[in-house]
Amino acid sequence: MNDATPTPFKSELKPIISFRNIVKKFGSMVAVDDVSLDIHPGEFFALLGPSGCGKTTLLRMLAGLEVPTEGEILIDGQDMRTIPANKRPVNMVFQSYAVFPHMSVADNVAYGLKIDRVPDAERKVRVQEALDLVQLGQLAARMPDQLSGGQRQRVALARALVKRPKVLLLDEPLSALDAKLREAMRFELSQLQQKVGITFIMVTHDQDEALAIASRIAVMNKGSIAQLGTPSDLYEFPASRFVADFIGSVNMFEGTLVKDEPDEAVVTCPELAPHPVHLPHAVPGKVDTPVWVAIRPEKITLHKNSEAPPAPAECPAGHNIAKGIIREISYLGDTSIFHVETGKGNLIRVSRPNRSRWDQENFDWKEPVWVSWAGSSPVVLLS
Amino acid sequence: MKPIKPIKDRPAPLEYNRRWSMRLWLLGVFVFLYAPLIALVAFSFNDSKRNIVWQGFTFKYYDKLFRNDDLMIAFANSITIALVATLFSLVLGTLAAVLLWRFRFPGKAVVEGTFSLPIVVPEICMGVAMLVFFATVIPWPNGLPWPFNLGSIIIAHVSFCFPFVAMVVRARLVSFNKEQEEAARDLGASEWQAFRDVLIPHIRPALIAGALLSFTLSLDDFVITFFTSGPDTVTFPVKVYSMVRFSVTPEVNAASTMLIVLTVVLMVIGALMQKSAQKKT
Repeated sequence: MNDATPTPFKSELKPIISFRNIVKKFGSMVAVDDVSLDIHPGEFFALLGPSGCGKTTLLRMLAGLEVPTEGEILIDGQDMRTIPANKRPVNMVFQSYAVFPHMSVADNVAYGLKIDRVPDAERKVRVQEALDLVQLGQLAARMPDQLSGGQRQRVALARALVKRPKVLLLDEPLSALDAKLREAMRFELSQLQQKVGITFIMVTHDQDEALAIASRIAVMNKGSIAQLGTPSDLYEFPASRFVADFIGSVNMFEGTLVKDEPDEAVVTCPELAPHPVHLPHAVPGKVDTPVWVAIRPEKITLHKNSEAPPAPAECPAGHNIAKGIIREISYLGDTSIFHVETGKGNLIRVSRPNRSRWDQENFDWKEPVWVSWAGSSPVVLLS
Repeated sequence: MKPIKPIKDRPAPLEYNRRWSMRLWLLGVFVFLYAPLIALVAFSFNDSKRNIVWQGFTFKYYDKLFRNDDLMIAFANSITIALVATLFSLVLGTLAAVLLWRFRFPGKAVVEGTFSLPIVVPEICMGVAMLVFFATVIPWPNGLPWPFNLGSIIIAHVSFCFPFVAMVVRARLVSFNKEQEEAARDLGASEWQAFRDVLIPHIRPALIAGALLSFTLSLDDFVITFFTSGPDTVTFPVKVYSMVRFSVTPEVNAASTMLIVLTVVLMVIGALMQKSAQKKT
C-alpha cells in the first residue's frame, strides 16, 4: 500500500514543469542524480530535504542559474536547454532576498519591467499593484535599509510577481525570519498563491514549513527523490525510514516479519519483547526477513501501571503494548513529550495533548507505565 | 568576613584621552607630522628672496607663481596626466579585480602577484625600467602635439596606479552578495545589464577611493616621472625640483602649498562622495 500515493491532480493535466532525467555534477560530486518530476499548474510544490540533498540545485537549474549535466527541463512544454536565465518565464525569491540596496522599494519592483521596456504608465500601475498585493503600498519610496526582514521579503516577492511569471520559485523563503513571523508568513504565502493563481515551487529544509504550506512535497535525499506525495501521504505513509524520520518524529523498531496475511501481519521486535506488533492488513516484505516498524509519538497512549495491561484497538490481546518507566517529560505547552524507557534502555517517545489545564492522571518522572497503540498505527518499512 | 574590594576603573593601555603619557606622545606625533608642512606654508608668504629669516608678509610670490608660464604648463601637464591615468587605472583596475574575484583559472596566483608587483617594486627601478622601455623597446615618438607627448608618462603612471584601484575594488567585492546579480539576471537583465545595474553601484565607494588614490599618486609622483619626462613634458613635481636646484625661494614654497591645497581639496571631495555613496548602499 505504500506505493499507492494518491495525487489530487489528474494525470491528463499538462504539467507546467517537467524535469526529465536531470543529472547535475559539480566536478566529481553528483548533486542531482537522475531526477524526473512533473509539477502541475496551480500547485504549491515543496522540495524538502536536508542540506546538500540537491533541492536548491534543482531549483537553480529551473531558474537557469545552473546548467544540468544531463537531462532536460520543460517549462509549459518548452525545452529550456537553449534559454538563458533572463529569458525564462519563471522568477525567483532568493534566500537572502537579494533586494537591491541602492534602489528604493518601487525601483526594486520596477527593475524587471524596466529591463523589459514596459511603457512608463503601465509600469507604474503594475508596480503599485504588486506592492499592494504584498501590502507594501505605503512604503514604495523607502530604501531597503529602512525595512525589516519581513518587509524586505515582501519586496522580493513583489519584484518577482510583477513580472507575471508562469512559476514562482522560492528558495528557503522563511528561514531568515523569526519564529512568530515565520508562522504568519506561511499563511500569507498560501493566501498569496491562491490570489495570484500561479504555480509556486518552494525549497525548504523545514518539514513543518513544507507540511503547512505545500499541496505536494518531494522529499529529497542525496540527489534523488525519496518520496513524492501530499503532506499527509508522507506523514502517514512514509515509504522509507529516511522519510519517516525526516518528516515529523518517529519511533523506529527493528524486527522480523513473522506473519503476513491479507487481514493480519505480525512483527516481533526485540526492543518490544515479549509483546509483538500487530497490523490488521498485509504489509510489504517477506515472512522471516528483517523489517522496521515506525510509530508516530502522538499515536501512542500512556496508561497507569496500576491498571491491567491495556488492550489497544484493532488488535488481539497482548499485542501492541510495552511496559516502561517515564525517564523524561518535556512540557511544550500544547503537548507534552514523554520519554518512556523500556527493557534494555530503549526510549519510546510519546506525545500527549494537554487538553485540560492540569494533568488529570498526573504522570510523573520515574513512574512505571504501560504504552499502547492501535493496530492501524504502525507502518512497516523495508528500507 | 573580608571587606569587598571593588575593581578600579583604570584606563586601558592605549586609551590616549585618559593617559598623560599617551597624550604627550600623540602631541609629539602631530608636531613631527605637521610642523614642517605648516612651516612650508608659512614661509610661502615670506617677503624675502633667500627665505631663511622672516621678513614680512606678502602675496607677491603667489603672484609670481601664476605669471610663471613654465610652471603653469607643468601644472596643466600634471593635471592632464593625473586625470587620464586615473581614468585608465579605474577601468583596468576594476576589470582586474572582477577577473580575480569571479573566475578560477590556472596560474591565478601568479597573475594576482604580477598585479601587485608595481606596488612593491622600488620606484627607482620602475623609473629606470620605464626609461629603458620607452628608449629601446617601444620608443615613444618625440615631438607629438600636446597632450599626446604625455603618452609615455601616462602609461608609466597607469602601470603603478591601477594595482591600487584593483586592490581597493577587490576588497569591496568580497562583501558583494552574488544572489543580487542572479536576481537581476532572473528579472531579465543580461550579464552586462546586471554588471552595470547591480555590481557597479555596489563597488562605487571603492571606485571613488581608487580614483582618489590614483589621482593623488599620479599628481605627486616624482621618481618615475623624472625618468620618463622629456624637456617639453615637465610635470609639476619635476618643475619644483628643478626650481629647488637653483635656490629655495618662497616661490617654491608657494608652488608646494598649491599642491598641498589641491590634494586636500580632492580628499575632502572624495570623502564627501564616499559618504553619499555609502549612504545609498
